[in-house]
Amino acid sequence: MKEEQDYINDLAEIRSMMERSSKFLSLSGLAGVMAGLYALAGAWIAYSVLNFTPQTISSEYYQSVNASSNLTQLILLACLVLVLAVGTAIWFSYRKANKRGESIWNATSKRLLASISVPLLTGGLLILILLSKSFISLIAPLTLIFYGLALYNASKFSYEEVKYLGMIQIALGLLSTLFTGYGLLFWAIGFGAVHIVYGIFIHIRYER
Amino acid sequence: MKFSIVDMHKAFESRVRLGIMSALAVNDELDFSSLKEFLDVTDGNLATHLKKLTKLEFIDEEKSFIDNKPNTRYFMTDKGKKAFDDHLKVLEQIIKSQK
Repeated sequence: MKEEQDYINDLAEIRSMMERSSKFLSLSGLAGVMAGLYALAGAWIAYSVLNFTPQTISSEYYQSVNASSNLTQLILLACLVLVLAVGTAIWFSYRKANKRGESIWNATSKRLLASISVPLLTGGLLILILLSKSFISLIAPLTLIFYGLALYNASKFSYEEVKYLGMIQIALGLLSTLFTGYGLLFWAIGFGAVHIVYGIFIHIRYER
Repeated sequence: MKFSIVDMHKAFESRVRLGIMSALAVNDELDFSSLKEFLDVTDGNLATHLKKLTKLEFIDEEKSFIDNKPNTRYFMTDKGKKAFDDHLKVLEQIIKSQK
């Protein structure tokens, strides 16, 4: 006959299996910190090298002659930051998954990705459409809002904290819509500072 | 208060079968290789336990082909859900009663 301890172990194992098979927990906190640093660096370059001051994010500015090349540079810069951040996240997750004896491409990571991709692709396409119609001022708020929605949606399949990260990004995006002149500042706060705080929190809580 | 071992379904005596049921309780369906990764067991071992659970009608399978390779996905039946819930309840009661 089984002992009490065996039943407690059974329950613990059931709980652990439920979590392991439904959540992808190899997301790295340090990768979040790195993504935040890239974003801050990107915002600094946009501000001081490309002379992209917050006030210039208005529709009139983009009707001026040299604005379009500046905008192209800015979009390239944003893409570079994105690629670096996603690349770092994949690399760090790969290492963390290996350490945990998990595969990075398994049932949970696929579901995580699927739940992120629908809001993110919707937002991405919407932003491309807006760009083509020169609605520049809405782009910074919308990236934050759709990114936040994607995180909120994906949090079911990873750390619970991802949900709060998503809610903060959505709130910043909405605030940014009220103050469209400060898009770059909200970008730096949302993608930069908030990511760094979140990454440190995850690192301290789950990775030490 | 005593709970006899009779209340415990034999299907859940095995750690592997308990693991399969736990994973399927929170996933609509899982294929063989996913289950194998979560449980960390050999193909043969997993297949044997899956067969037992299928025979009890606790789980069911759906066969299909992905890139010409057979792919079997498993899911919990209503009967399996009820049995698993009951098992959890018994576990809980045993632990409570012994405190």
